[in-house]
Amino acid sequence: MVTLTIDGQKVQVEEGTTILEAARKVNVRIPTLCYLPEVQAIGACRVCLVEVEGNRNLQPACVFPASEGLVVHTNNLRVRRARKFSVEMIVSDHPMDDCLTCPRNQKCELQKLADDLGIREVKFTGEKSGGQIDDLSPSIVRDQTKCILCRRCVTVCKEVQTVSAIYTQGRGFKTRVEPAFGRSLNDVSCTLCGQCILVCPVGAITEKENIEEVWHAIFDPSKFVVIQDAPAVRAALGEEFGYPPGTLVTGKMLAAVRRLGFNRVFDTNFAADLTIIEEGSELLKRIREGGVLPMITSCSPGWIKFIEHFYPDLLPHLSTCKSPHQMLGALTKTYYAEKAGIDPRDIVVVSVMPCTAKKFECSRPEMAGSGYRDVDYVITTRELAKMIRQAGIDFAGLENGYYDDPLGEYTGAATIFGATGGVMEAALRTACEVATGKTLENLDFQAVRGLDGIKEAVVPVDGIGNVKVAVAHGLGNARKIMERIKDGTADYHFIEIMCCPGGCVSGGGQPVPVNDEIRRLRAQALYQEDKNLKIRKSHENPSIKRIYEEFLGQPLGEKSHHLLHTKYTARGRF
Amino acid sequence: MKSWRAQVLVCAGAGCVSSGCRKIRDAIVAGVENHGLKQEVKVIETGCIGSCNLGPLVLINPEGVLYQKLTPEDARDIVAEHLAGGKLVERLLYKDPLTGRPVARLEEIDFFKYQQKIVLRNCGLIDPMNIEEYVAREGYQALHKVLTSMTPEKVVDEIIDSGLRGRGGAGFSTGLKWKFARQAQGALKYVVCNADEGDPGAFMDRSVLEGDPHSVIEAMAIAGYTIGSSQGYVYIRAEYPLAIERLEWAIRQARERKYLGRNIFGTGFDFDVEIRIGAGAFVCGEETALLTSIEGRRGEPRPRPPFPAVKGLFGFPTLINNVETYANIPAIILKGAQWFASFGTEKSKGTKVFALAGSVINTGLVEVPMGTTLRDLVFKIGGGIMDKKQFKAAQTGGPSGGCIPAEHLDIPIDYESLTRIGAIVGSGGLIITDENTCIVDFARFFMDFTQSESCGKCPPCRIGTKRILEILIRITQGRGREDDIDRLVELCNNIKDTALCGLGQTAPNPVLTTIKYFRDEYLEHINDKHCRAGVCRRLKKQAAVKIS
Amino acid sequence: MENQGCSCAPINEEDLYPKIEEIINQHRGNQNALIMVLHKAQNLFGYLPGRVQEMVSLGLGVPLSEVYGVATFYAFFSMVPKGRHEIKVCLGTACYVRGGQKIVEYLEKGLGVRVGDTTKDRRFSLNEVRCVGACSLAPAVLVNDDVYAQVDPAKVDEILVKYE
Repeated sequence: MVTLTIDGQKVQVEEGTTILEAARKVNVRIPTLCYLPEVQAIGACRVCLVEVEGNRNLQPACVFPASEGLVVHTNNLRVRRARKFSVEMIVSDHPMDDCLTCPRNQKCELQKLADDLGIREVKFTGEKSGGQIDDLSPSIVRDQTKCILCRRCVTVCKEVQTVSAIYTQGRGFKTRVEPAFGRSLNDVSCTLCGQCILVCPVGAITEKENIEEVWHAIFDPSKFVVIQDAPAVRAALGEEFGYPPGTLVTGKMLAAVRRLGFNRVFDTNFAADLTIIEEGSELLKRIREGGVLPMITSCSPGWIKFIEHFYPDLLPHLSTCKSPHQMLGALTKTYYAEKAGIDPRDIVVVSVMPCTAKKFECSRPEMAGSGYRDVDYVITTRELAKMIRQAGIDFAGLENGYYDDPLGEYTGAATIFGATGGVMEAALRTACEVATGKTLENLDFQAVRGLDGIKEAVVPVDGIGNVKVAVAHGLGNARKIMERIKDGTADYHFIEIMCCPGGCVSGGGQPVPVNDEIRRLRAQALYQEDKNLKIRKSHENPSIKRIYEEFLGQPLGEKSHHLLHTKYTARGRF
Repeated sequence: MKSWRAQVLVCAGAGCVSSGCRKIRDAIVAGVENHGLKQEVKVIETGCIGSCNLGPLVLINPEGVLYQKLTPEDARDIVAEHLAGGKLVERLLYKDPLTGRPVARLEEIDFFKYQQKIVLRNCGLIDPMNIEEYVAREGYQALHKVLTSMTPEKVVDEIIDSGLRGRGGAGFSTGLKWKFARQAQGALKYVVCNADEGDPGAFMDRSVLEGDPHSVIEAMAIAGYTIGSSQGYVYIRAEYPLAIERLEWAIRQARERKYLGRNIFGTGFDFDVEIRIGAGAFVCGEETALLTSIEGRRGEPRPRPPFPAVKGLFGFPTLINNVETYANIPAIILKGAQWFASFGTEKSKGTKVFALAGSVINTGLVEVPMGTTLRDLVFKIGGGIMDKKQFKAAQTGGPSGGCIPAEHLDIPIDYESLTRIGAIVGSGGLIITDENTCIVDFARFFMDFTQSESCGKCPPCRIGTKRILEILIRITQGRGREDDIDRLVELCNNIKDTALCGLGQTAPNPVLTTIKYFRDEYLEHINDKHCRAGVCRRLKKQAAVKIS
Repeated sequence: MENQGCSCAPINEEDLYPKIEEIINQHRGNQNALIMVLHKAQNLFGYLPGRVQEMVSLGLGVPLSEVYGVATFYAFFSMVPKGRHEIKVCLGTACYVRGGQKIVEYLEKGLGVRVGDTTKDRRFSLNEVRCVGACSLAPAVLVNDDVYAQVDPAKVDEILVKYE
C-alpha cells in the first residue's frame, strides 16, 4: 500500500492504482473521455489531466500510477485550463450544429463534459476533419463526422471481441476510424454486435433505427402488429426512464407497448422455452447417434456471423435451431395466424431486442420458413424507449400489463437466457430431468453463472454419463473456445456462446452505459425473476406442451425442421 | 600493417555521393595505377568529412591537404601533380572567403579549425566498409575494456560522471537512463538505437552511421553488457538507404570478427544487433512511438510512465539512445569520464554535432564543444552569411525548436541556455536564415510539418496544430485578423501543456519564438498586409509609405 | 543497343504474388514483422495492392483493418501504383529555405501533375519528402535512389531526361 495526497486529502491505495481510481476513494471524480473501465486506458484524450508535483508535464490520471508520497492536484487553474482546452479542441472539430438532431442528444458524454467544464462558446473554428456516413448495414450507422477518435470502439472491437472490423486509419488531422480500405461495415467481417455503440461517447456509432417503419405498421389499419421482447429488455429498459440498473420493469413495459398500439404482445421467452426443447433434443440426438460434438448454441446472431466469417469450417458444430425470436416470428405467422384466423400476409412481427445483430438476422433470406419473413422489424431496447417517449407515455405511472396467449407464457428457464450461462442452465434443468425422469433438487447451476469469461461444468446425467459443458461470452472468449475445438482440446458435449460480454443483458442494443457492475445487476434481475416464477423448467411450460400437441407434433419433427431450424453460410474472412 | 606513402580519402558521404564522388574516386584509382603508384598510395572511400558544400572533395594524408569541388579531370591532375609530382594543385585548394587566398591544410580552414571531434572522430578518416580501419583506431577496445575489466555498475558510474546527456533532443542524463534500465527487472531486456533522424535539417546521425557505423555497434554492445541485454535493434529511417547499407555491412563484419554474437571476447557475453527500417513517420523519433513501430504497429506514442526503461520493447525493459549519444560512449570508456567532462559547460558536457545549413557560406556537419556561441558557429565556422546578406535568425532543433534572433547571437549553445530563450538544442539541426526568409512563412513551414506529422492520437496536437496552421496560412495570405496573435499564443501555450508526447508539446516552439522575437513582422502581415521578405506573394513587398 | 529499353520493363503483377507469398511465409504468424513485410511487398509491387494486404493479414495473423491502419499511418506506403520513376523533392527546412518549393511548383507545371500523383504515361510519380539529410546541398531532389543536389529548374530538366 502507498499513501498519496490528492487535493490535500491523504489516501491509501495499492501501489500502481491509477490516480483516477485513487481519487474516487476520496470522492474526487476526475472527468474522463477516452477512458473506459474494463476496456481502455490510454491517456489519449487529455481530459483527465492532473498536476503531479515533481512532474513538469500534466499527467493523465487514467494511467498515471500512484506511488508513495505523490502529491496530486486535480482542480487548480492550470488543470482546469488544460482540460477545458482539450475539450475545446474536440469541440472545434465536432459538428456542433448537429446536436439537436443527433441520436445521442442529451445522452452525449461530450455535451456533458463541455457543460461540466464550462465551455460556453466554440472558441476555435476552422476546417473540420469530416468523413463519411456509413448506413449500409441493417444494424449499425457510423457517422465519422461526429467521431472524436477516442478509440473506445476500436479497442472493444479488437481486444474484447477480437473482430477488428474497424481500426484507426490514416494519421494526424485526417485520422479516421473505419474498416480497411474505407469499406462499409456491411462489406467486412463485422459481426454487427454493436458493442461499439455501447462504448461510443457521442453519436458517431448508433443503431440503424427502424422506429418509423414500426409506427407506420402500427397505424396501418390493414396490419396486425405483434410485438415480442427478449428477456434482457425487461431487465434494462427501466434505465432509460431513470430506474436504477437491475430494475425489472416487465409489467410497465407490457402496459407501455400495448398503449403504443400493438395488437398482440408475445414473449420471446416462450420461444426460449421452445428452444430448450428443440436444442436439447438435438443435443441428445447428437450424443446418442454420434453427431458432431461439441454442439454450440445458435441464439446469438453476432456469434453466428462471427463463426461464419472466422471459423466456417466449424459451422457443423452449431445447433440448427433458429434464435428464439425468429422461432416466435415463424410461429406467429403460422400457428397463431391459423388459430386467430388472420392472413399471415397482414401480420407484422416486431421484435424488441437487446441486440443490433438481430436487425441483420431478421433480414437473412433463410429466415422465412413460413413463406413470410419470420420477423419484420427488430428494434433495440433503446428504440423502444424512444417510442414510449415519443408517444408521451408516462412510463413510471403505468399499471402492470400482461402477455397475450398463446405465445406469451414462459418459465424461469427462459428468462435467464438474457444472462451469460442462462441457456446452458435452462438446458441442464431440462436435460437432467428429461433424460433421467427424476426431479431435480437444486435448479441453480451456479457454475455457469457470473462474468468469468469461460465457465465449465461437468454434470452427471443418468443414462448418458458425465455431460461436459462450457459457457463463453464475448467473442474473444468464443475465439478461445474455437481454437480449442480446432486443436482438439475442447472435449465438451455442449457449449453456450453469447456474442456480447455478459450475454444479452449487455447487448449492443441496450441502454448506455454498460459495465460489469451493470451487467451483474441486470443479470441479477433475471435470476430473481426466475426464482420468483412458479415454473422454472422449459419442458414444464404448459403452452409449450400445447403447441407440440396442437401444431408441431414432436421436437425435431417435420414442422420444427421447417419453421424452427435453419442453416448457415460460410462467409469471407474479410 | 602496411605503411603507405600517401592516403587519399575520398569523401563518400551522401552529400558527396550526390555530387558525383564516385567518378572522382575512379579517376584517382585509375590515375594512381597509371602512374605506377599502387604500392605507395592508398585510396579510401570515407564517410562524411563534414564540409558538404565543398564536395566532391578529397583529403590527402599525411599532409592533410584538402582539394575541393572536383571534377574527374581535376582528380587526374591531383594524381599527376600532387601524388606523382609532389606539388600542391593550387587551383583546387579551398580559398578563404575573406582574403581569397588558398588554404592547403584542412586543419587551417576555419570550418575545421574550431571543431572538436569526439562523435565524428572517425568520420571522414576511415573506410566505413572496412572494420580493420575502425579496429586500427582503437575500435572495439572500449568493449574489450568493459567486458574484461569493468563491472556494469562501474560503466554506469563512468557514464554518469562524464555528464553525457541524450543527444536526441531531451537532454536527459544518459548515465541515469542506463542505471534505470540496469535496475529494471525483466526476463529479457533490449538495447535500442534511435536512428530515426526525422528533424528536417539534421543529418549527423546519418553521417555517423555512414562514416563510422562500428562506433554505434560497439556502444550498443557496451550498453547490452551494462544493462543485461543480449539483443539490440537499430531503428533507422527508410530515407537513408546508404546508411542502412553500411550499417548492415558493418553488423555482418562485426559478427564475422566476433564482436557481435555469442561469447564476445571469450567472456561469455552474448550480444547481437538487428536493423528495423522506419516507414516515413516523424513521430517515430519519439521513443515510445519508435518502440511501437519496431513491434510492427502504428507508431503512436503512449504516456510515460511507464518509461521504456521499465516497460519498453515487447513489454520488456529497454534502453533507448540516439546515434550521436551512442557514438560518444566508446570514447568515454577509453579516455575516461573526466576527459569527456573537460569539454563543454558546467551542465552540458562534451561536444555537440550540428548540421549547419541554410544561408551560411560553409554548410555541413560541425562538432563543437557545448557552450560554443551561436556567433562562432555562424560566422567563424559557417563563414558568415551568403551573398553579403544579413543574419536574420537561427532555427535550432528543427520543428520542435525555436528561432533565435540576432540579439541572441552570443548565447552559448547548451541545453539550459537555449531552453531559457524558448529554443532547444534538439537533435542539432541549425538552419541559418537571412532577410530573404519571411519569419511568418518560416513558422508556417514548421507548423505545416508538425501538423502533417502529428500521429492524431491526442486532440491538442491533432486539432490544435491544424488550427495554428490555419491561422498562419491566413496571415501569410493577407487575411490575418487583429486577434490572431493572441489566439496563436493561447493555442500554443495550451498545446504545450496538454499534448501527449514530445512532438505535440514542442510543436508550438517555432511559432512562440517567432512571435516573441519577430512580432513586428507578424503585425506587418496582419495590419499592413506587407511581407518584408517578399515571400508571401499575396502581400505587398514594399511597405506602404507612411505619412507622419 | 537499340532495343535495350529501360531496365524496368512492365511487370506482370500476377507473377509477383508467389514471391510475396514466399516472403510472408518466412514471417508466418509473426505480427511484429508487419512493417518489414509491407516494405518488402512495396519493393516488389511498387505499392500495396489490396490483395497483398489481405495475404499479409492472413499470413501474419494481423487483422486486415490493422494492416491497412499501419499502411495508411506511414508515408512510405502507397495504395496506388507509382510511376516507373519516383521524383521526391526534399522539403526539409534547409531545402525549403533554399527554394525547394519552387522546384515542386516547376515540376508540377512541367509534368502536369500534382504532388502525390503519377503522370499519365506512368513515367514519373511526384512526391515531397521531409529531409533526406542533404541539407548542406539544398535544395535536393531524389529520383528513385539518386540524390541530386543544389537543384534549380534548369537542372531539373537535365536530370529528368536520364529517366525514361
